[in-house]
Amino acid sequence: MSLEKYESVIGLEVHAQLMTQSKMFCRCPNQFGSSPNTNVCPVCTGQPGSLPVINKKAIELGVRAAVALSCEIHPESVFARKNYFYPDLPKGYQISQYERPYSTQGHIVVRLKSGDEKRIGITRIHFEEDAGKSNHESYGTLVNLNRAGVPLIEIVSEPDMRNAHEAGQYLRALHSILRYADICDGNMEEGNFRCDANISVRLRGTEKFGTKVELKNINSFKFVEKAIEYEIQRQVFAIESGEKIIQQTRSWNSGKNVTEVMREKEQAHDYRYFPEPDLPKLMISSTWFEQIKKEMPELPKEACERFKKAFELSDYDASVLTSSKELAKYFEAVVAHCKNGKASANWVMNELLGRLNAAGREIGDTPVSETQLAELIKKIDSGEISGKIAKTVFEEMFATSKDASSIIKDKGLVQISDPAALESVVRKIIEGNPSQFAEYKAGKVKLLGFFVGQAMKETKGQANPALLNELVKKLLDS
Amino acid sequence: MEFGTQTIQELLAGYRAKNFKPTEVVEKYLKNISERDEKLNSFLQVRPEETLKRARTLDAQIDNMSTLPLFGIPLAVKDNFLVNGWQATAGSKVLSGYISPYTATSVERLEAMGAVVVGKVNCDEFAMGSSNENSAFGPVRNPWDLERVPGGSSGGSSAAVAAGLATVSLGTDTGGSIRQPASLCGLVGLKPTYGRVSRYGIVSYASSLDQVGPFSRTVWDSARVMEVMSGFDPRDATSSKRSVPKFTEELNTNSKRTFKLGVSRAWLEGVDSDVAKSFDSALEVFKKMGCEIVEIDLPHTKYALSTYYLIAPSEASSNLARYDGVHYGYRTQSAKNSEELYSRSRGEGIGREVKLRIMLGTYALSAGYYDAFYLKANQVRRKIQEDFEKAFTQCDFVVSPTSPSTAFKLGEKTDDPLKMYLSDIFTLPVNLAGLPGLSMPCGLDSRNLPIGFQLIGKPFGEAELFLASHQYEQARGQFALPSMLKGKG
Repeated sequence: MSLEKYESVIGLEVHAQLMTQSKMFCRCPNQFGSSPNTNVCPVCTGQPGSLPVINKKAIELGVRAAVALSCEIHPESVFARKNYFYPDLPKGYQISQYERPYSTQGHIVVRLKSGDEKRIGITRIHFEEDAGKSNHESYGTLVNLNRAGVPLIEIVSEPDMRNAHEAGQYLRALHSILRYADICDGNMEEGNFRCDANISVRLRGTEKFGTKVELKNINSFKFVEKAIEYEIQRQVFAIESGEKIIQQTRSWNSGKNVTEVMREKEQAHDYRYFPEPDLPKLMISSTWFEQIKKEMPELPKEACERFKKAFELSDYDASVLTSSKELAKYFEAVVAHCKNGKASANWVMNELLGRLNAAGREIGDTPVSETQLAELIKKIDSGEISGKIAKTVFEEMFATSKDASSIIKDKGLVQISDPAALESVVRKIIEGNPSQFAEYKAGKVKLLGFFVGQAMKETKGQANPALLNELVKKLLDS
Repeated sequence: MEFGTQTIQELLAGYRAKNFKPTEVVEKYLKNISERDEKLNSFLQVRPEETLKRARTLDAQIDNMSTLPLFGIPLAVKDNFLVNGWQATAGSKVLSGYISPYTATSVERLEAMGAVVVGKVNCDEFAMGSSNENSAFGPVRNPWDLERVPGGSSGGSSAAVAAGLATVSLGTDTGGSIRQPASLCGLVGLKPTYGRVSRYGIVSYASSLDQVGPFSRTVWDSARVMEVMSGFDPRDATSSKRSVPKFTEELNTNSKRTFKLGVSRAWLEGVDSDVAKSFDSALEVFKKMGCEIVEIDLPHTKYALSTYYLIAPSEASSNLARYDGVHYGYRTQSAKNSEELYSRSRGEGIGREVKLRIMLGTYALSAGYYDAFYLKANQVRRKIQEDFEKAFTQCDFVVSPTSPSTAFKLGEKTDDPLKMYLSDIFTLPVNLAGLPGLSMPCGLDSRNLPIGFQLIGKPFGEAELFLASHQYEQARGQFALPSMLKGKG
C-alpha cells in the first residue's frame, strides 16, 4: 500500500461536560453514578408544560473555555432546537446552538513528538444539553435520565490535523486545558469528555478534500489514535483498490480493532433546527466577560512559565511537569514539602513517571504520595541516604507504598557517616590490597577510585560518598 | 341563595359580610356542574372531595380573608394546565390518564391567594381549534345555544363561566383561544402581553405565541385575577421582569380617562352584518364617553393567517414531539419495534387537526424549506409588529370585533379548516405582535347570541386596557345571561 502518496485530513468534535453543580436548564444535580432516574425533575424528563432556564454557571464555564482556547466570544448568541426521536431524549429535541454559537475562531498550539509545534484552529464552541442514556438489555431497553440535561460544550476543530498523532496531541492539549481551568472533569470512561473524528484522505498536493467519514464516540486517547490510524489505512486501501469512499458514520470496535459502519448518509437525520422559542437570546455582557476573564484559573501555558521561573526548570522539564493538572499539582506538593525544585523535578520525571508509564498507570493512582516522595528527597539532602540507595528505596516504595524511613530501617540502609566507622573499613581495604596500594604510592593516583569502590562495596553502598572519598584520600596519602 | 353568576367582587363582599362561607359556595358550584354540565361537556375532571377539603381550610381563614384577594373564588382550569394531582390531557388521547406531577405557576399563584380549583375543563386538542370540536373527549356546547359551539380552543373555560359553573376560569391564547370563546359566550377574556404571565406548567402549543389569561364576567374580575397571576417567574425565561400594577386599584378610584381608538376599516371587511352593526354602536358608546376614533392602517395584517399557520405549527411540531409513548401518556399496544412504538403511539394517540399541524410545521422546518417558510414567516411577523407600533403613534388602542361571526353550529366548519381558521382573523395578529388583547361583550345578534369587542393595547398596557374596558362596561350596563340561566342566580 502506498500510504505516502496520500495525505489525511482530520477534524475533531469534542463534547465536554461542564463541571457545574446542577444541570444546564434545571436545578437537578449534575452527578455521575447516582441510582438511575434519581437526578430528575419535570424539566429534564420533558414533562408537559416544563420550561428550560439557563444555568449561569454553565455559561461562565463555557466562556472560560472560549478564553482558554483563544476564541472570539459573541455578546449575543442563540439557542436552537435539534429535533429527533430517541428514547433517551425525552423532549424529542435537544437544546443546542446552531447558526449563532456563543464562540468561534480560536486555536491551540500543540507540541508534536518531532519537537515541532503546530497550531490547530478551532471553528466554534457551542452550548448544548446532554441526552440520557439507553441501556440495551436482553429483555429490552432501559432509559436512565440522570444524564439528560447535563451541560455540555461542543468544541469543533478546523480540519487542520494530518495524522493520528496530531489528533491525539490536540485532544491531549484540549483535555489538559479544560482540566486546568476547572471546566470539565475530563473523565473519558465516565463519558464526560467524548470525541468524534471526521476523516478524509486525498492525494498529496491536491486541494480538494476527499469524502469524509465520521467516527463516533471513541472513549480513550489511545483508541482515538488507533481508530484514526485504522480509518486512514482503510480509506487509502479502498481508493487504491478502485473503490469510492462513501460518506457515512462509523464507530470504533475496540475488541476487533476496526471501524464499523453505523449509518449511511441517506439515513442522516434532518434535524429541523430552529431558534429555541422558550429561551431568550444568550447575552454575554462585556462586564460579565471581563469578570470571568479576571477569575480565570491558571492555564497549562501559564503554569509552564511559572514553573520555569520558580523552580529553575528547563523548557522541556517545565512542559512535561505541567502537561496535566494532576501532575503539576503533585510536583508542586513535593516541592512544597522538600524545598528542592531541581531534585523534585528529576525524581518526578525520571523515577516516578518512568515507573508509572512502565506500569501503564496515571499520576492519579501513584503508589507513592507527594509527602512520601518529598521525605525521600529530604533524606538525600540531609545525607541520611545516598542518591544511589535512594533509588533502591524508591523501588521498594513504588512496589509497597511504604514510607522511605520504614524501608530504610527495615533493610538497614541508613548511610554511614560516622568517620571512625568508615576509617576502619578503609584501613581494612588498604590492608587487603597491598599491590594496588604500592602502585598508588608509585604515582598511579587513578587507583583512588578503586579503593573508594571497594570500600563502598564493603558498606553495601551505605557509606556517605563525600566522606568516604575524603577518608580514602587521606589514608592513602598519609 | 343561588350561586353561579356572581362576580369575584360580589362573592368577596358576601364573604366579608359573612353571608356565606367558601364551602357553601363551592358546594353550590359543584352542584351546578353535576346538574348542568351533562349538556355542555365543559368539565373533564372534578374532584369534589379535594375541592371541598380546600374550601374547608378556607372557611377557617375567613377572618383573614383581606390578605387573600381571591378568597373562596371557584376557578375552572383548562385541561392544558398542570395542577398537581389533577389530570392534564390537553384534550388529547395521547395524554389520557396523565396526572400532573407539579402545578403551573399561574394556578399556584391563584391558589395561594385563595382561589379554589373546582375542575379541569375541556378544550381543543393541544389548544388547536376555534370551536372545541377537536377535543378527544367530545365537543363542548355553548350555554347560549346548545346547538352551537362555545368557540375554542378554550371552549370549556368559556362555557363553564358562562353557565355559572365557575366564577372565573383560566385559558390559554395562542391565536385567539381566549378572546374568541369569550366573545362567543358573552364574557370578558384577556390575552395578556407575551411574557406578562408565566407559561410554566401549561402544555406548550407554540411557545412564542402562547399566553395564559382569564375568563370572567367583568373587567374588574379580569383585573383582579391578572394582578395576582402576573409577573416574573424564575421558571419561565420568557416571562417579563416588569413590575405588575395593582390593576383593580385604578378601577376602584373610578377615574375617567379618554382614549383614542384606532380602527382599520380595510381589516374589518367581510364581517357579519350583525357583528359590524354591534361594533359600530360600541364605538358610539366610546365616543359618548369622550373617546376619539381614528382611522389607522395595518397593511400586513392580511398576511397574519398565513404567517401564523407557519410559525405556530413549526413550534408545535417540535413541542409535541415529547408525546411519543416512551415516557408517559398513551402507548400503543401493538408495537414490534421502537419505530412502531413511536409511529403507532402518536398515530393512535393524536387527533386529525393536530396531526395536520404537526405535518405542516415539520415541512416548514425541513432542510430546503426553512428559509422560504419559517424564516420568511418570522420576517412578516416583524412587519405585523411594526404595523402596530406605527398605529400606536396615532392611537391608544386598536379595536375590532373579536370574531367575524357569532357562535356557529357544531359541524358547520369542521370540514373546511380554512373557514375555521378565519374565525381568528382579528385575534391572530395580536399574538404575532405579542400585544395584550381583551374581548368583552358589546351586544347580541338577531339570534340572541353574544358579540365581542376587542381592544388591543400597547405592550404591557394591561392597566389602560382594563380602564378603558371598565369605563365602557359601565356605560354599556349589565350584560345579558344565556337563556339556560334565565331565572337562576
